Amino acid sequence: MTALPQGAIDCDLHVTVPNMAALLPYMTEAWREMITSRGTDGLELASYPSGAPVTCRPDWRPVTGKPGTDLALLQHHALDGFGTRHAILTCLHGGQAVHSEDLAKALCGAVNDWLIDQWLDKDQRLRASIVVPAQSPLYAAQEIEKRAVDRRFVQIQLLAANEMLLGRRHYWPIYEQAVKHDLPIGVHAGSAFRHAPTSVGWPSHFTQDYVHQTMAFEAQLLSLMGEGVFNHFPTLRVVLLESGVTWLPAFLWRAIKSWRGLRGETPWFTQSPGDLVRQHVRLTAQPFDSPGAAETERILEHIGGDHMLLFATDFPHWHFDGQDALPPGLPAALIHKMAIDNPLSTYPRLKEIRP
Amino acid sequence: MSEVLERPHTSAIRAGIVDCDIHPAMKSNKELHPWLAERWRKHLAAYGAQPRVPFTTGTQYPKAAPATARRDAWPPNGGPPGSDLAFMQAQLLDANDIALGILAPLSGAARNTDLGAAICTAVNEWQIENWVKPEPRLRACITVAHEDPDLAVEEIARRAGDSNFVQVLMPSKTNEPLGRKRYWPIYAAAQAANLPIAIHVNSVGGGYASTPSGWPSYYLQDHHINVHSFQAQAASLALEGVFETFPRLRFVMIEGGFAWLPSLCWRLDKQWARNRDELPRCKRPPSEYLREHMWFTTQPMEEPEHPEHLRDTLNWIGWERVMFATDYPHWDYDDPRGAFPIRLSNAEHTMVFRDNAIGLYGLG
Repeated sequence: MTALPQGAIDCDLHVTVPNMAALLPYMTEAWREMITSRGTDGLELASYPSGAPVTCRPDWRPVTGKPGTDLALLQHHALDGFGTRHAILTCLHGGQAVHSEDLAKALCGAVNDWLIDQWLDKDQRLRASIVVPAQSPLYAAQEIEKRAVDRRFVQIQLLAANEMLLGRRHYWPIYEQAVKHDLPIGVHAGSAFRHAPTSVGWPSHFTQDYVHQTMAFEAQLLSLMGEGVFNHFPTLRVVLLESGVTWLPAFLWRAIKSWRGLRGETPWFTQSPGDLVRQHVRLTAQPFDSPGAAETERILEHIGGDHMLLFATDFPHWHFDGQDALPPGLPAALIHKMAIDNPLSTYPRLKEIRP
Repeated sequence: MSEVLERPHTSAIRAGIVDCDIHPAMKSNKELHPWLAERWRKHLAAYGAQPRVPFTTGTQYPKAAPATARRDAWPPNGGPPGSDLAFMQAQLLDANDIALGILAPLSGAARNTDLGAAICTAVNEWQIENWVKPEPRLRACITVAHEDPDLAVEEIARRAGDSNFVQVLMPSKTNEPLGRKRYWPIYAAAQAANLPIAIHVNSVGGGYASTPSGWPSYYLQDHHINVHSFQAQAASLALEGVFETFPRLRFVMIEGGFAWLPSLCWRLDKQWARNRDELPRCKRPPSEYLREHMWFTTQPMEEPEHPEHLRDTLNWIGWERVMFATDYPHWDYDDPRGAFPIRLSNAEHTMVFRDNAIGLYGLG
């Protein structure tokens, strides 16, 4: 394996809210009373059950408690383990999936306070994504406005599958905030389960739910382009987190062909999907989903451009063993760009405080 | 189940090409009346087929062209594109040296599966009487009411000995993923009759949103996203162990694209290895089943930004698994002379344009 440069930027790490009690200190008295009296707890996203193999690498699993709840383990395995300069946390939480907009607002707000208290304040290398209640773009915009002043929040986090496709005008207040504060939109694998995971309904297995996350990412890219989001927000950047990578070329081929044939339907869609995606979209490189160096080499050529991939361990999710955080077959120059240059240009706030 | 009979007027096809996706149409649904009971004619007139969409006629996403068709495919003597055999013979079969064409009638699945089965029976008769008998280059598909496997099995049994039918036809969007056991009786019948199962793209199925994040706004999206139904079906069939139980079963994925397959296989194999305990009926890496049991038609042809990249994809999939199709008379028709963005060797051309299909359907 070609070595990762010192001071790499890890663009996708997970921390987990252990239980509702951890969030209560960050809620109003009224919400504390409501949540306690009703026994509201759990809300772990079904896209990542704690016990599933993908949710935690066996040798990264804590002896007790949920994966992603122990700062010392994260420091040891991820930050020290890979010599990381900065690491961007994504906290997958059910606050982004509950049906009540008000509960979503209370939960997401508490998660962000908890992120500051329990993680950002405890290790200077850590950065975080703003967990927003996308169920209400109005509330989401308010949450972004509130958190953007803390420069350690470096992106806005959305789930890959929501009530509606993300290009819809409904969500544009979130993009207005993103552009205003120069924060990328991080779309992370996971579903609010408003709709079946596939267009043929509910598969029997978790394995299918996970594998088919790529469908949500493809659908979101088509939606963002088709609805004209990048026309309206020309500086918007979208980061696909834990999306897999090797599906991208086949997606672009089909998207470009469909666009050539059908673009008359969306007159504002004047740039090729290939150009738009390369301009506005970045992907974290774990998982990559290539079986070996030969396939990786071909897929990289199909993708074109070495500015699109971002280094990530996806700690503690299980995609690789040992120190093999880089997909096989990456050229050294690309590794340096993935680990340092691309994250810095994607997340400009990372340039502000250098070690 | 009767054994497959030799079609008397068929000899080995050594020239011309095979088109694996031709859509015959009706001038009106009165064409089905000779084979449709009075009861169902009245039912259709009163209630329609109740597709899971907001409209009784028209589509959720306005298509690219009237009747989703090539603008030059409207027959000169009236009727919708694909409804006139003589015009199809001239415009498609003769003009392109098509030695064999596989019909894929899009009859639409009715929510009432008794109605659906009656329509399917009638459509099967209609294919033979109106198309295959008068034109020996054409072959039919057994359309079935796939959501009622008992009725589907009856229809397969009725047609199994008739070599005018080369496969069972089902849509890509079903009420449940096709690996689920409720569909297995159909697979038992197809395997026993030595008939492949063809999955053709449809835009409306069980009524699920076409993306896990809801409904698209534009045909541009919906048209593209249709390929995801094929990905879901391929994964479901492999992971549920369908090919362990039916080792001679073959699937043909029609109009679902193919460039997505390598990445899906890589992702599936990796997660299968992680989650073996969840998938006891899938004994081998899922990609192996797909490689052995699935064929793919080419239209709409994948068009990489750099055409030679298509060769990587075809090498990964295997040239023996890809079969040419035009999708006549639809707007995104592929012309056999220009469809491939890369130059094929003679051997590759022969496989994709003829021999793979001849082998699959046992017509050689």
